[in-house]
Amino acid sequence: MIRQRNTRQRPRHGWQGRLQSILSPRIFLRRHLQVAFDSLSRLYRNRVSSLMTAAVIAIALALPAGLFLLLDNLDRLSGSWDGQASMSVFLKQDITDTQAGVLLKQVSEWPEVGAVELVTPAQALEEFSQRSGFADVLGALEDNPLPYVLIVIPASTQLDPVAASALQARFTDLPETELAQLDLQWVQRLAAILDIAQRIILIIGVLLALAVMLVIGNTIRLEIQNRRDEIVVTKLIGATNSFVRQPFLYSGFWYGALGALIAWAVVEGGFWLLAEPVARLAGLYHSDFSLETLPLQLLLVLLLGGILLGLLGSWLAVGRHLDAIEPT
Amino acid sequence: MIQFSNVSKRYPGGHEALSNVSFHMEKGAMAFLTGHSGAGKSTLLKLVALIEYASRGQIMVDGENVTRISRRRIPFIRRKIGFIFQDHHLLFDRTVFDNVALPLVIAGYRHQDIGRRVRAALDKLGLLSKERLSPITLSGGEQQRVGIARAVVNKPMLLLADEPTGNLDPDLSREIMSLFSLFNDVGVSVLIASHDIPLIESLDYPVLSLEEGRLAQPEAGVA
Repeated sequence: MIRQRNTRQRPRHGWQGRLQSILSPRIFLRRHLQVAFDSLSRLYRNRVSSLMTAAVIAIALALPAGLFLLLDNLDRLSGSWDGQASMSVFLKQDITDTQAGVLLKQVSEWPEVGAVELVTPAQALEEFSQRSGFADVLGALEDNPLPYVLIVIPASTQLDPVAASALQARFTDLPETELAQLDLQWVQRLAAILDIAQRIILIIGVLLALAVMLVIGNTIRLEIQNRRDEIVVTKLIGATNSFVRQPFLYSGFWYGALGALIAWAVVEGGFWLLAEPVARLAGLYHSDFSLETLPLQLLLVLLLGGILLGLLGSWLAVGRHLDAIEPT
Repeated sequence: MIQFSNVSKRYPGGHEALSNVSFHMEKGAMAFLTGHSGAGKSTLLKLVALIEYASRGQIMVDGENVTRISRRRIPFIRRKIGFIFQDHHLLFDRTVFDNVALPLVIAGYRHQDIGRRVRAALDKLGLLSKERLSPITLSGGEQQRVGIARAVVNKPMLLLADEPTGNLDPDLSREIMSLFSLFNDVGVSVLIASHDIPLIESLDYPVLSLEEGRLAQPEAGVA
C-alpha cells in the first residue's frame, strides 16, 4: 500500500504522530522550550513560596560545598609543605667545619637519602634573625649558639612513617648527632585529620543531597496535588503520560538550578567575609596564603549537582504520584 | 464507528452498570443515548473514551478493538474523540483561548496552526470576543460552548457528549443541539447522552434507550 506523504508538519493520530514528533527536532525542541518556560513562569507566579523552597535547597547545597572548599584550602596550605618533607639533623656543638663536611659527604651516599644540605651556624643565624625579627637580640649575643644542621630529604618521596622513623633512628645513632627531628610529622598528622574531615563532609554532603531530593520531591508532590484537575483534563483530552510528566520535571530542574545559584552566592559571600581575617592570620604567620574559591568551577559543579538532584527528586515524585491520577 | 458486542460493566462494589449491551453506530452517524440517571449512560460513554474498562464483551472504536488496549495507546485513541462533559471540565487558571488550545498543544501542533484553529473553533461557537477572558467569568451556556470548542478544535472523528444541556435553559439547549447537528453534517460521528426527552423527540435522530444497564431494544442497529 502506498501511503500518502504527510507534507505538513501536523502529527497524525497514533504512532505516526508519535514517530514524527520524535523525529522532528524542531517540534521536539519547541515543545521542550515551551514547557520549560511555562514551568519557570509558574514558579515566578508563586515567587515567594518558590524562593523559600529554593532557599532550603540552597542551604543544603551551600553547606557541603562551603565546607569542602574550606577543606580544599587547608589541604592546599598543608600541601605547600610537602616539598619540605625533610628531616633536620642537629649536630653536636663541638663539631667543627671539617667534621661537618666529612659527615655531609658520608651521609649523602646513603641510599635512603635523596639530598642533603649543610646549614652552617652563620647561615642559620642569618636566616633566624631575618625570619623572627629578633635581629637585635641575636646581635647582642657574643658568639653564635647555633649548631651545624643537616637538612636531609629522603630518597623516597612517599611519606612512609616506618621508613622515616628508621632513617631518623640511623641519624640519631651517629656519634656526631645531637638531635634528629622529623619535620613532617605534624604535616602527616594534619593530613590524617583532613582525611577524616573529608569523610565527614562527604557523609554530610550525601545526607544533604538526599534532603534536597526529598524537599524537591515533596514540593513536586504538592504541585501535582494542586494541579490534579488539570492532569485529569489533559489526560482526558489525550495527553500521554510523558506530556503530563514534563512540566513537573522542569519544575524540579528549575528548583535545582535556582537553589544552586543561591548556594553559589552564599558560598562566595561566606568566603568573601572570611577572606579578610584569614589574610590577617596568614600575615601573622608571614604567609601570603589566601582563600581560593574558583567561582566558575564552583558555579558549574553546584548547577550540575542541583539540577541533577532536582530532576531526580521530581522524577521520583512524578513516578509515585502522577501515573496514579487517572480520569474517572 | 462504535461497536459494542455483549458488553457488561460491573464496578468493584458489585453494582452492574451495563448488562450485555450490543449496538453498532456507523461512521458519520448521530444518535442519542437516553435513560434515567443511573441507567448507565455515563458508563457507556466512559467505556468508549477508555475512562472505564468493560468487564465482559468487546468494544471497537474506529475499527480498533479497545477492549484490551495497552495504556500507552490510550491517549492516541482519546485524540480521535471529542468529549463534552456536563460540568465542562474547564481549567479556570487560564484563558478561554488556552483552554480550547489544549488538545492542539497536546498533539504537538505548530504555534501558528494552533492560533488559526482555535480562533476558527471559537468563531463557530460565537466566542471569538471572549478568547482572552477566564472561563469563570462566563455564563453557564458560554462555558458549555467553550467545552464544545475544545472538543471539536482538533477535528475529532467522534464527538461524545454527556448531558451537554444539563444545566441550560430550553433555548440554549436547542441551540447547542443544532451545533451538534452542524458537526454531524460535516461527517463527525456524534453520540449524545441526555435525559431531555422532549428535546430529543423534537429532533430526528436514532435513540439508544438504556434501562437499568440494558438497551431497551437489544441489537438495535443505529443509522
